[in-house]
Amino acid sequence: MSQQTIAHDSEHAPPEPPPGDARPVRGDSSPARDFSKGFLAKLVLVGLIDAIGLYGILTAISVEQWAIVGFLVLALVAVNWAYFSRRALAAKYLLPGLVFLLVYVIFTACYTAYVAFTNYGDGHNSTKADAVSAILAQNEQRVEGSQAYPLTILTDSDGDLTFAIVRDGQALAGTQDDPLAPAEGATVESDKVTALPDHEVLGFAAVAQRQQEIVDLRVPVSDDAADGSLRTQDASTGYVFESVMEYDPAADTMTNTQTGVVYRPNDQGQFAAEDGSTISPGWRVNVGFDNFTRAFSDDRLRTAFVEIFLWTFAFALLSVLTTFVLGLFLAVVFNDPRVRARKLLRALMILPYAIPAFISALVWKGMLNTRSGFLNQVLLGGAEIPWLTDPWLAKLSVIGVNLWLGFPYMFIVCTGALQSIPGEVYESARMDGAKPWRIMRSITLPLLMVSVAPLLVASFAFNFNNFALIYMLTGGGPNFVGTPVVVGHTDILISMVYSVAFESGLKQYGFASALSILIFIMVGAISWWGFRRTRRLEEL
Amino acid sequence: MTTQTARTQPAKAETTNLRRSGTRGRRWWREVFWRYVVAAVMIIICVTPLLYVISASLNPGGSLVGSNRLFRTVSGENFADLEARGFWTWLGNSLVVCTVTAIGTVLMGAAAAYAFSRFRFKGREKGLTGLLLAQMFPQTLAFVAIFLLLLTLKDVFPALGLDSLLGLIFVYLGGALGVNTFLMYGFFNTVPRELDEAAKMDGATHGQIYWTIILRMVTPILAVVGLLSFISSFGDFLIAKVVLQRADNWTVAVGLYSLAADERTAPWGLFAAGAVVAAVPVVLLFMFLQKYIVGGLTAGSVKG
Repeated sequence: MSQQTIAHDSEHAPPEPPPGDARPVRGDSSPARDFSKGFLAKLVLVGLIDAIGLYGILTAISVEQWAIVGFLVLALVAVNWAYFSRRALAAKYLLPGLVFLLVYVIFTACYTAYVAFTNYGDGHNSTKADAVSAILAQNEQRVEGSQAYPLTILTDSDGDLTFAIVRDGQALAGTQDDPLAPAEGATVESDKVTALPDHEVLGFAAVAQRQQEIVDLRVPVSDDAADGSLRTQDASTGYVFESVMEYDPAADTMTNTQTGVVYRPNDQGQFAAEDGSTISPGWRVNVGFDNFTRAFSDDRLRTAFVEIFLWTFAFALLSVLTTFVLGLFLAVVFNDPRVRARKLLRALMILPYAIPAFISALVWKGMLNTRSGFLNQVLLGGAEIPWLTDPWLAKLSVIGVNLWLGFPYMFIVCTGALQSIPGEVYESARMDGAKPWRIMRSITLPLLMVSVAPLLVASFAFNFNNFALIYMLTGGGPNFVGTPVVVGHTDILISMVYSVAFESGLKQYGFASALSILIFIMVGAISWWGFRRTRRLEEL
Repeated sequence: MTTQTARTQPAKAETTNLRRSGTRGRRWWREVFWRYVVAAVMIIICVTPLLYVISASLNPGGSLVGSNRLFRTVSGENFADLEARGFWTWLGNSLVVCTVTAIGTVLMGAAAAYAFSRFRFKGREKGLTGLLLAQMFPQTLAFVAIFLLLLTLKDVFPALGLDSLLGLIFVYLGGALGVNTFLMYGFFNTVPRELDEAAKMDGATHGQIYWTIILRMVTPILAVVGLLSFISSFGDFLIAKVVLQRADNWTVAVGLYSLAADERTAPWGLFAAGAVVAAVPVVLLFMFLQKYIVGGLTAGSVKG
């Protein structure tokens, strides 16, 4: 009896093996006294994580990603604390999932919000310092009358191209990333480098094969971008190229030495001259709410945006409405116990739901093809109806295909919900002489809504962002003419975001992120309103 | 389906009555027959596209036009040609990504659910609400940020950066907590605490209780969450398209899209064959697990 009390107490008190008890108390015992198999496994695992984390910290330092360094340090401290502390029980179980949630959900959400306020995108990809050296590099020209160097092209152990020349009797070698530097142990014959340790001289065939790469390669003369770079046009002679641009760090201006035009940084993250002309690339700056207002303020975009905006709502609403009405209708029709083989009928009717949506959408895209699609060719006897290329028909097709994809879900849900409505309610209604339609409207629907309404709200939110369907079926087309981003009549906001970010030539991450945030706010507000309404339904 | 029959039992009795008492003849035609008509129409609508794609997959060298006459020719040529297009690599990638994601999701979700269900710690309630809030901003909306994050990560951990399957898995695992945790949390709460208490008295560590007792008790929900996660990552197109770039790394969704992208030149038969191969296992899985999935639907995963 006394032994049991002790064992029970040991949950709270520091564990002390009760005298005479052979069984080791493991519950809260210290690993120092108890090297169980589990502890060893933990040691190895946490050690492994520490090793990977440390490697990450070192590489992140070398590429100067300070945010990643900071995150990794914190994460490692948290992991080691959680798994070696005896108190942090809950943390042990929560931590793995939380780390992923933190990085891939919470961070990306915050980062979206941050990027939305910048001009991040093509032409504004990096910091100002990077932009300055890129401008200097891009505006290089061969210095008039500069010396020509016999050039040797080699590859280093990583396969990177290396240029080697002899200047003032000294052999120099450099790559794209490493400026020219004295080449130790180079063999020089008649002012030309013929061999270099750890390097291989490129043969004629290899030079021919990598010609473009060689012509594009610029090897900086020194760490200072203003000193220019070594380039070649014929793969045998190298010239020093210097930038026609000159950056003055003190005045923060960029001067074109040929024309004398002075460029000053503007608040759009670019160097601009007095006459308004700018030089690319620029750099990332905060642009305030520009991205958020752009869709309304840009004349070429406004009409398209407004139409996409309205269509997104129409599409989401109609999707929910059509699938729900058909699903409910079928659920009511096949809820009749006199229909036989209902199980089989249901199984066949939910087939569209079982197939991954991306497959169905692509199949429908083929079937709806104007010239050669199954629908026009076979079912309509060769009619060339432009299902996917006429603005209104394309919208109709999108709704139709979505109905095909989505009604089984509503069918399942409604069938389930119908089962939960007690039969007595119907019976008394029938006794009172209610007709079927009246029963449907006054009894079935309200009772059904209690359980189904939240799902309708969720379905609305899902369809608002139903990217795959739109992208697979119509690709957003038919496209609008004259808009600065490639968008079309069936694009919804999320596919517009994709187009702005990746498919419209110029990648505009800032604008795309701002649209994402707008979508989030709209869907969030509507869902919140919807769920509040639903809760009120429940109270009825 | 079992629960349903149990619930409809009174109705069934009524049915037999009705049948006996003459839902026959004209009344049967009026009240029941049309339901079969509706069923027939709906089934034709549901099944035709499927027959069409199966027929196209069997039509060798089929273009879009050539696929219109159903089952004119039957040959396995398209399926054999899938190899050359790299389809099996895509399928392999999808299987790896979805399996690892499913396992990771189950392990991390279950661990979190266990913590929320069994431990009382500071910030527990807030943590649960926070989890719901974090899920409010769906990953599909953050794909630009995910792209930029992976672009940066590529310099530090190339294996987690853009164009890496592991990178994609990690992105999917970001959603491991959230809805799944809630689903499992509810289930964990139904496992009686007395079991833990008894085990604890016998000297079991929390780890032993979790791995050997709790996880065994909740296996059904683990299977459901795992399969739902598998199916949803299998069907994901947007994030896979953003993350994966080289054709070798594509998943089935991205690969099949590339096959069917341009209708005029699309190798339609080949695409159809790929679609059949990719869809059949999912459909079978779905049919087999219908009742779990239908149950899970009400808990949040939506399509349509």
